[in-house]
Amino acid sequence: MNDALMIHRLHFAFTATFHYLFPQLTMGLAPLIVIFKTMYLRTNNPLYNRAARFWAKVFGISFVMGVVTGIPMEFEFGTNWAEFSRVTGGVIGQPLVMEGVFSFFLESAFLGMFLYGEQRLSRLGHWGAAFAVFAGSWLSGFFIIVTDAWMQHPVAFDRAADGTFHVTSFWGVLMNPWALIQYAHNMCGALTTGVFVVGAVGAYYILENVFVEQGRAFLKLAVLAGLFSCIVQIFPTGDIHGRLMASQQPATTAGMEGLFKTEVGAPVVLMGQPDAENQRIDNPLAANKVLSFLIYGTTTAKVKGLNEFPKTDWPTNIPLLYYSYHIMAGLGTMFVAVMACGAFLLWRGKLYSTRWILWIYLLCLPFPFIANTAGWMTAEIGRQPWVVYGLMRTADGYSKYVSAGNGLFTLLGFMGLYVILAILFLFLVRRTIEHGPVEEPAAEITSGKPVSVA
Amino acid sequence: MLLIWFWLVAIMLTGYVVLDGFDLGVGALHLLVARTEEERLTLIRTIGPVWDGNEVWLLAGGGTLYFAFPLLYASGFSGFYLPLMMVLWLLILRGIGVELRMFLHSTVWSGLFNGCFGFASLLLAIFYGAALGNVIRGVPLQADHYFFLPLWTDWKTGPQPGILDWYTVIAGVLALAALVLHGANYAALKTSGDLNVRLRRTAGRLWPVVAALTLISLAATLYIRPTVLHNYQALPLLYVIPVLVAASLGSIWIALRRGNERAAFLSSCSYLICMMVGAAAAVYPNLLVSSTDPALNITIYNAHSGEHALAVGLIWWTFGMAVAVGYFVFVYRMFRGKITGSSQGYGH
Repeated sequence: MNDALMIHRLHFAFTATFHYLFPQLTMGLAPLIVIFKTMYLRTNNPLYNRAARFWAKVFGISFVMGVVTGIPMEFEFGTNWAEFSRVTGGVIGQPLVMEGVFSFFLESAFLGMFLYGEQRLSRLGHWGAAFAVFAGSWLSGFFIIVTDAWMQHPVAFDRAADGTFHVTSFWGVLMNPWALIQYAHNMCGALTTGVFVVGAVGAYYILENVFVEQGRAFLKLAVLAGLFSCIVQIFPTGDIHGRLMASQQPATTAGMEGLFKTEVGAPVVLMGQPDAENQRIDNPLAANKVLSFLIYGTTTAKVKGLNEFPKTDWPTNIPLLYYSYHIMAGLGTMFVAVMACGAFLLWRGKLYSTRWILWIYLLCLPFPFIANTAGWMTAEIGRQPWVVYGLMRTADGYSKYVSAGNGLFTLLGFMGLYVILAILFLFLVRRTIEHGPVEEPAAEITSGKPVSVA
Repeated sequence: MLLIWFWLVAIMLTGYVVLDGFDLGVGALHLLVARTEEERLTLIRTIGPVWDGNEVWLLAGGGTLYFAFPLLYASGFSGFYLPLMMVLWLLILRGIGVELRMFLHSTVWSGLFNGCFGFASLLLAIFYGAALGNVIRGVPLQADHYFFLPLWTDWKTGPQPGILDWYTVIAGVLALAALVLHGANYAALKTSGDLNVRLRRTAGRLWPVVAALTLISLAATLYIRPTVLHNYQALPLLYVIPVLVAASLGSIWIALRRGNERAAFLSSCSYLICMMVGAAAAVYPNLLVSSTDPALNITIYNAHSGEHALAVGLIWWTFGMAVAVGYFVFVYRMFRGKITGSSQGYGH
């Protein structure tokens, strides 16, 4: 791997990983805010409106971070991955511009109304603004997934004589089967982040004995919505995604599982360290025949190992791929257990008084972020050595005229800037949480004359 | 169809310049014109509810460019690597400066956010002007249509220029002056009292600077790249654009004299639109000209996307943008009128 390629990969990986910490939170919080607003409409209980207003603040901070770290992503296709952009722009230019045209305008227009328009909008109008923000953020996620899915599983294209890709079906790209299942799986992941953040703050308030009533409402919604998202995360979305991967990207699946040799009745390795040089797993803790069963529904099926593929087509970093996948899957399983315990205690009426479960919810705060990051690392490291799976190698995609030195310069610049952003984000969110969901007049827009919106 | 997409990209970028232009102008201006924190907040509130949507025009414009002319996107974005990355950093600082202040109320934090906002806005205006200057001057395109420009070389406009040379610096300064004038006109429209008087006075003082720089940059453009007149000579009707530029400038002056805020703002919109359209009409059908050999120019004919994508794109793109413009009309209507009332919740 030459230097410039490494720098450009790190550049994109770092900025994308940092960026996605925020959209996963906004996409996860948006539907929960809509639920709080809906409950307020139905019950007239101001507690729910206060909850919505509180989470809208956290949403607002996270949204700003998502916007400012997201703009670089759209630029980096051209700045750092020029050759990839030139060759594939005829296809992926479409979902990327659709994101701007269909979702960014929607989000940016309604976010201001949602955050500051409560007093000049009717109650239903304000609910509508919240819903529009939710729709915009989820639509935005869809177009990004469509872009990634095409790189994972290219469809609806033909190639011109000069090697460039051109789209042959507008709907074909949007309805890529890979995109649909990846979207379902990913949005469950975002929702999981949202519920764990809401749940952790709820548990914190109960344990701290402040804003207890609000804390209970937070925790209850987190447990109920979380039970749904965490189960659907694994089954059916994770299951279908995994099997699609095994059929379309068998080398990736072998790398994820650390399966170096083809096996009949292949085991699932739960723990162990892959040794890529000697092609074995050290200290394996494995469940026999389970992998064959998960992929093919029968314990005797043959699963292709890495030995079936030329080494040049192996994922470029097998240990990292293996760990990313195992961390994602392990945490996902743990989330189901946590949510199931919470739901059981909620049903028994003991959730708010059981200190150990409250502590678990509090301590779980970072894990969904890690799981989502690990999931994306599995997808993107697993796609290597291809930038367009099977058709274009990552090594052929970067900007040849941007030297490693220039790339490193801007990578370091982003690292410095993002450290500041991270500190600012944590500081502001902590202040918001300390301040709490107190009763206060909604921030109002003081410019212009009021208009009535149904 | 390529002609249509050329103009759609031009319209998007023009829309960005006109809309985010006044955000940047207000940003560059607010440290100088506002005397108190209260006034500064009022200025920020004039753009509070709209700047984020305005910035989306850059994303949607860049996306449209990528979609329609992938080669231009690939070549231009990687060739202008360093200045674009700095634009990204500045956009981050600007966004933070406008948006996070409402969560922290203290002199020190406000000062920091004001500084970020003012500094980033000022530099962004200069960068955008210099970028346009680079497109008109041309870049050393290689046979594979790529290039890489250092930030500066010898400050001359020869075959191996840098991002900054005497010509693009003029363009950058013109952009700064024009956007500050635009921002002052916008902010005057949205404010009242003392601040409003000062904004109008600032606009009046800036007008001669903008008029002079417009003339200088026109002369400099004709000097370094006489070929910009080709399209104008082929289609003399185009000469109406520079006439409109002059008319817009005149109209800004008259409106400022008469204290007609709305007319002054609309005239400065029209000035920016005509400048952008004039530049686009001059370069067409080129997208990026070569400073070494005209045969290497990136044009709409060698950079465009597939026929199917462009044909279908006309349908959904037009629909999507029509809806987006609808949102804009709605938001601007909702926040129309002058800023009044307390500084509580400065308005998103």
